[in-house]
Amino acid sequence: MTQHDDPMLRFDKVSKRYGQHTVLDRLDFEVARNEKVAIIGPSGSGKTTLLRLLMTLESVDAGVIYVEGEPLTHMPQGERLIPASRQHLSRVRAKIGMVFQHFNLFPHMSALDNCTEAPRTVLGLSKAEASARATELLQMVGLGDKLEHYPGQLSGGQKQRVAIARALAMRPRIMLFDEVTSALDPELVGEVLKVIRQLGEEHDLTMLMVTHEMGFAREFADRVCFFDGGKMAEQGTPQEIFGAPRQERTRQFLSAVLETRS
Amino acid sequence: MFAEILELLPELLRGTLMTVELTLCAAVVAITAALIAAVSKMYGPRPLRWLAIAYIEVFRGTSALVQLFWLFFVLPYFGVTLEPFAVGVVALGLNIGAYGAEVIRGSILSIDKGQWEAATALNLGRMQTLRRIILPQAFVAMIPPWGNLFIELLKGTALVSMITLGDLAFKAQQLNQNTLRTLQIFSLVLIIYLCLSLLITVLMRTLEHRVARGLLRGRAG
Ligand SMILES: Nc1ncnc2c1ncn2[C@@H]1O[C@H](COP(=O)(O)OP(=O)(O)OP(=O)(O)O)[C@@H](O)[C@H]1O
Ligand SMILES: [Mg+2]
Repeated sequence: MTQHDDPMLRFDKVSKRYGQHTVLDRLDFEVARNEKVAIIGPSGSGKTTLLRLLMTLESVDAGVIYVEGEPLTHMPQGERLIPASRQHLSRVRAKIGMVFQHFNLFPHMSALDNCTEAPRTVLGLSKAEASARATELLQMVGLGDKLEHYPGQLSGGQKQRVAIARALAMRPRIMLFDEVTSALDPELVGEVLKVIRQLGEEHDLTMLMVTHEMGFAREFADRVCFFDGGKMAEQGTPQEIFGAPRQERTRQFLSAVLETRS
Repeated sequence: MFAEILELLPELLRGTLMTVELTLCAAVVAITAALIAAVSKMYGPRPLRWLAIAYIEVFRGTSALVQLFWLFFVLPYFGVTLEPFAVGVVALGLNIGAYGAEVIRGSILSIDKGQWEAATALNLGRMQTLRRIILPQAFVAMIPPWGNLFIELLKGTALVSMITLGDLAFKAQQLNQNTLRTLQIFSLVLIIYLCLSLLITVLMRTLEHRVARGLLRGRAG
């Protein structure tokens, strides 16, 4: 069923509305295996919504999202696609992990337990297996000495790194990052970006990140997508987007962002 | 005076014991019923949801005394005869459970929805998320209102004297009829009820502090 030449992700005319307000408008969008895509755009342009649809935190109103050629929010029944059952959703969703702007760590669990909870209850790993894997991941994000710390005892940057390790513990193929550094004090941004960069280099992961860190997007992403008003207004390599944007809107947005940053 | 009190006390303490037993057993019924009703109302399939709503509304909307009488006098018509103690436990437990269900529902709703989203992103199911992520956090917020409900329950146990159970209120009336020492008896009863409810308050406070400390470890630092 899963063919290797299928794109990792494909949005086929996906629309999302809240009441009268169309947040994503018949979006067509593909992401290749292991591709690193940065998503930029003004507030309200639908960037978060795109990730939330993928993570199945919201349901699509029209269109289909495919993960490795397999429909995510639908399942085939004969020739037609019908809305996905819970089992189907859970199976396809297992390929995707997400890191949130506000961490959303489980405050009543230590860093280690945050990272072992789902592997144990969902994947059925033994405590020892789950702990070994979680410890390795927490070491990778530089928190090997904070395993027993609770979220309340960690800095924002440390919390976000726990959240990254927690998502990785489920062995996703696709990682979604929604402005994961924007709730952090400026001096903590670097440590989180460093971990993301390392992930991209050392793991087979398809990565989608919504970010306002233009510098990071420029050097890390394979492709940059500029969203505006629920549509992808422009996309290209970082050189194209940052060096020579074709659209006036993109130019305006970038100069506004770069101005406030410097 | 003091000798009189000593004379009355053993019988009243026997009644107190019954009151405490009733309160404890009914509390277990109440917590169980409340949890099942709250979760069914929030996440159950539609028929179960209706059942939960019906239970909550019926038991909140009618008097506990009528519920007690109904279980005691009417249920036998349907071929179900329960011991008075069982009737007391079930009636009081279900009555408090209906209020408790709303307490539990409120505390579940008070948890940040980011916690649900993180759990979904980790592919936890709804019940797994409730059990492992949401309820442990909601627990602290539930403790003070449950303390109030347990005190309501304690006071409500006095109703069972109407179905011949020998609780504190029943013993007090009995002693009063036999000895006519109304002042001493009912003052003692008042004090005993007060002590019991203070005990509940203290225990629930302690529990709250314990749980909060465990939950929010290091949050300040
Ligand atoms: N649950 C919701 N109900 C109603 N409207 C919503 C909801 N979630 C998002 N929206 C609206 O959808 C639009 C797109 O939101 P989205 O969060 O995707 O934007 P964004 O590009 O991530 O913006 P930002 O840069 O501010 O995070 C916004 O206008 C927002 O107000
Ligand atoms: Mg957003």
